[in-house]
Amino acid sequence: MVAATEELPLAKALNAGLRAALAADDRVLLMGEDIGKLGGVFRVTEGLQAEFGTNRVIDTPLAESGIVGSAIGLAMRGYRPVCEIQFDGFIYPAFDQITSQLAKFTARTAGAVPMPVVIRVPYGGHIGAVEHHQESPEAYFAHTAGLRVVSPSTPNDGYWMIQEAIASNDPVMFFEPKSRYWPKGPVDFALSAAPLHSTRVVRTGTDVTVIGHGAMVAGLLQAAQVAAEEGISIEVLDLRSLSPVDYAPILASVEKTGRLVVCQEATGFASVGSEIAATVAERAFYSLESPVLRVSGFDTPYPASKIESFYLPDADRVLEAVDRALAF
Amino acid sequence: MKLAPTQKHEVSHVAEVSPAVQFLSIDGAFAPNEAAEEYLPYLQELDEADHRRFYTDMAVTRRFDEECTNLQRQGQMGLWPPSHGQEAAQVGSARAARAQDVIFPSYREHAVALVRGVDIVDIVKVMRGVSMGGWDATDPANGNFRNYCLVIGSQTLHATGYATGVRFDGAYATGDVESDIAVMAYFGDGATSQGDVSEAFVFSASGQNPQVFFLQNNHWAISVPVTTQSRTPLYLRAAGFGIPSVQIDGNDVLASYAVSRKHLDDARSGGGPQLIEAMTYRIGAHTTSDDPSRYQTPEQLAYWVARDPIIRFETYLRAQGADDAFFDEVHTQAEDFSADLRQRTLELGAPPLSTIFDNAYSEPHPVIDEQKAWLQAYESSLTEGA
Repeated sequence: MVAATEELPLAKALNAGLRAALAADDRVLLMGEDIGKLGGVFRVTEGLQAEFGTNRVIDTPLAESGIVGSAIGLAMRGYRPVCEIQFDGFIYPAFDQITSQLAKFTARTAGAVPMPVVIRVPYGGHIGAVEHHQESPEAYFAHTAGLRVVSPSTPNDGYWMIQEAIASNDPVMFFEPKSRYWPKGPVDFALSAAPLHSTRVVRTGTDVTVIGHGAMVAGLLQAAQVAAEEGISIEVLDLRSLSPVDYAPILASVEKTGRLVVCQEATGFASVGSEIAATVAERAFYSLESPVLRVSGFDTPYPASKIESFYLPDADRVLEAVDRALAF
Repeated sequence: MKLAPTQKHEVSHVAEVSPAVQFLSIDGAFAPNEAAEEYLPYLQELDEADHRRFYTDMAVTRRFDEECTNLQRQGQMGLWPPSHGQEAAQVGSARAARAQDVIFPSYREHAVALVRGVDIVDIVKVMRGVSMGGWDATDPANGNFRNYCLVIGSQTLHATGYATGVRFDGAYATGDVESDIAVMAYFGDGATSQGDVSEAFVFSASGQNPQVFFLQNNHWAISVPVTTQSRTPLYLRAAGFGIPSVQIDGNDVLASYAVSRKHLDDARSGGGPQLIEAMTYRIGAHTTSDDPSRYQTPEQLAYWVARDPIIRFETYLRAQGADDAFFDEVHTQAEDFSADLRQRTLELGAPPLSTIFDNAYSEPHPVIDEQKAWLQAYESSLTEGA
């Protein structure tokens, strides 16, 4: 008997969520490079091929466009494929199939051919890896009509959101913050989490709202902790869904605090954070006490990993922006 | 079959080129070459009515294709990609497919669409800009003919995924050719340069999928000749992927039928993927936006006009006893078909604005709902203010 709540790392919570989805619906398939015998390079699919067989958990040839393009064909046949792209920076060979085909099939066919396909993407930095292994490409997909884009930041969200994404009849880009694969957190197997496309307040506060997604959320909580010791009350929001964005909790928070700092690892120009900043400026103009500020990766290629900590926004960079917002 | 002028220089780069399968000589005589011999039994399934149906399919397609080019020239369509010259490759292979087979076209397979039961006005809708996809590929009336795919080669991967699903479902290799499914993907010589096509070959061969890759080599990717795409005959590439392949005279409808029939049945029976290269020619432009006189010599065109698939088959049918009455009847049928298509094209109005939003997603989406409501309110505010 499984306890109702268990401490698990995100990687194992995702594994449990995928197992539950495979068990619940025999049309669910996992496909990707090295996901079978090896269990994925991050072991997210560990043990699943042994449990469900090689036709349910498929080691594909090494070609990302082939993975997504054939997932589209499988979806036409009534399957619900879950593709794994091994690393963020390897998704671009599949970009055409994702943006021109997967995202557009439902519209092209006037709804006759839905695309219940999930694309799992381990993303983000902090792991000291080489080029193409630490990127945050989520904005490309959030910009693409027809896709849904989400990112869990906790093991509990990982367990529930992957199942909700698989249950969706729309294509879902599922960005997994790989630096969060290992820290443990509680997973509640009994209680359904918040809806897939919802922003969540993870720490309440009164002075400044900070918002981020994926691995950034841990940095925001750390910043809030430090600020609290200095008497500054930060409200922390976990975006969770990058497209569509659930704005109601963001606007409610900004109406309360009057200040917003939007944070992300991704490069800042034309990013998800830019969009949120613009929307809040449009919709909460009279509530704002200061301009919406953004904290992002620099607009450069991801740097050599020995200096990645100077590229990636951390709690200190968040606090620097919080200070600027409060000083305004 | 002799190689066309555009292909001659390739030959020195390959050790052995088998002659393309051909039943009908260029002047329409039934003279199967050696490569055709193993396919003869598949022709024996056909009777005179089948032959006449092939001819009718080709002649009707030639006529409506011409009408669509005219309609585009008259401003009634944004674009039309003509199929002129490729009718035999398309009709033979389409007639070879069985009812349960699933077809993934590129965007020039008008004859295949006709054979599979698609209303040609649904293709016109796409080219006229009143519909994105045209027909409902899930409606059995459309004969499992999937939607056109404009990004070159993309559909070969969709076909491969679909065939993978057929394999997982065990819907092939049961021994019943009337229910076992084969999947056929159409693509062109230009598409063979796309990575997606190579990836489709890899995935399909890896899984030993029940599918046929039907390559119409029409010698041109818009203005670029096939010799720029490949230094070997394209069907020889398949061997490198572990896929059996054959080259056919694509302007011989009997070759297209018999070879497709065999390889579809091989695929549906568990023989793994197969590739057929049909040597044909795009007599017309790539699309109505194109001007082939800029890159095609009159000699090249004359060479292929002399190999017209419809004239060749007409000669054959006349030798078999078809008389003027038959050809007159087909002519009338083609004229009626095309007049009806023209009339229904002219009646096609713009789709409702709600279609911008309605199927962007399958499930409710707050941004789409908001923008749809906004556009409706905005449009009615303009109307009321007028």
